[in-house]
Amino acid sequence: MMSTRDGSPLLNGARMGLPILTLALAITTLYMAFFYAAREKVMGDVQRIFYFHAPAGMVCFLAFFVTFVASIAYLATRRKIWDIVGLASAEIGLVLTSIVLITGPIWARPVWGTFWTWEARLTTTMILWLIYMGYLLVRRYTDDPDQQARFAAVIGIIGFLDVPIVYWSVRWWRGNHPLVLKISGGGGLEPSMNATFAMGIVTYLTLYACLMALRVPLGRSEEALRWLRERASDRPDAGRLHRDDEASTT
Amino acid sequence: MNAGGHAVGLEARAPARGALGAARREAAKVLLICRKDLAIEWRRLDNLPAMFFFSLLVLVIFNFGFDFPAADFLLLGPAVLWVTFTFAGVLAFSHAFALEREGDCMEGLKLAPVDSGTIYLGKLMASTLSILIVEAAVLPLSALLFDYDLAACAGPLGLVVAVHTLGFASNGTLLGALTARTRRGDVLLPILLFAVSVPLMFSAVATTATALAHAPLFAGAAGTWLVMASVFDVIFITAGYLTFEYVIEE
Repeated sequence: MMSTRDGSPLLNGARMGLPILTLALAITTLYMAFFYAAREKVMGDVQRIFYFHAPAGMVCFLAFFVTFVASIAYLATRRKIWDIVGLASAEIGLVLTSIVLITGPIWARPVWGTFWTWEARLTTTMILWLIYMGYLLVRRYTDDPDQQARFAAVIGIIGFLDVPIVYWSVRWWRGNHPLVLKISGGGGLEPSMNATFAMGIVTYLTLYACLMALRVPLGRSEEALRWLRERASDRPDAGRLHRDDEASTT
Repeated sequence: MNAGGHAVGLEARAPARGALGAARREAAKVLLICRKDLAIEWRRLDNLPAMFFFSLLVLVIFNFGFDFPAADFLLLGPAVLWVTFTFAGVLAFSHAFALEREGDCMEGLKLAPVDSGTIYLGKLMASTLSILIVEAAVLPLSALLFDYDLAACAGPLGLVVAVHTLGFASNGTLLGALTARTRRGDVLLPILLFAVSVPLMFSAVATTATALAHAPLFAGAAGTWLVMASVFDVIFITAGYLTFEYVIEE
């Protein structure tokens, strides 16, 4: 029988330790964002959303990049684990993108005077969200598991190739997103802000690792269950394991 | 069949002479697949008329939506034209593979001594040509309906339309093949295709506006857009060529 729990102590440790670490980091970041980081002179307290918004944006790109690499690896090796990694990373990336798309307008309304503007990063993020929604939809509407994995991998590759082109083209079209980190020289951020921002990135990275460490084994369990079901339905004496619809057709 | 004889003739005239010979044989195969699709369409005429009348209908609806005699066609026209073309394109891509499912033709195509990448290029060529035929019919009509001088900008506009139609078709062909094998392909195809094609549409609208305004196409912003669109074409034709194998695999 396929085991859902693999023997690697590292992975088991990560599954136990990462959620606790993530929680501790999240509390620290919340504290730093609200009490430690200096109050921004012009924007005031609303600027504090930046510590949640920007790191989520960075890590969502990482997540989709992982999906891209896993998609190529799946097509090259046909090992199911790459499909599971790609799917897990795309799901987490989509959640992070949603966070970006929700926190952005909350900040933009008082600062820019509008919830939404068709600016490069906003548009890129929204297109990204739509593409990876498509990635999940393709999976949902494909029945054969191998076909599902192959189709998703193709979308994972095409979708990620599109990201720099979308970004560049919208920027060429128009742009006014604040480039906080590009104001170089002495650094764009005040030290306490910089520390909070760095903490935010670490927190989101840990959150990503934590969710991956939970989601990938879950995917493997799903795969094991599917394999067992298939095996059961291949054997006529295992009729009790058949789902009703399958039993009625056999 | 005439098409077959022609291609065999091409092969006979191109004996193995290193890379050039291989490229010529490859081109002959691509042409053969393309001619097959176009010959079927020519005999049945069951998609081109539908694409044409659908495009015409979209133009009429836009005309009432925007009241073009009063509005500035240069401002809205490019977007109207490209929405029309993309809608027509979706019909072409879904049809290109519905065709192959009849009588399991895809099976035969895969058994033929050609690479899956070659099938992709042939399909891409056929779809691009079908859309270009519809566009060639719709553009003069749009000039009549919206009262602009097509003859004066026919050359630049033709180039713009060809470059962007090719890019749009490069994704459309790949995604058309992919979604044809899913449960809700009719819905999935536009969702995936429009999301991925967003940068190309920016470019299409910007350069079409330049062409309609009789401004020089290779200078300034329009020139940059054309370069971007060409880069888009190359990237996605390459990606389609390489990944098509995984899409048509059983």
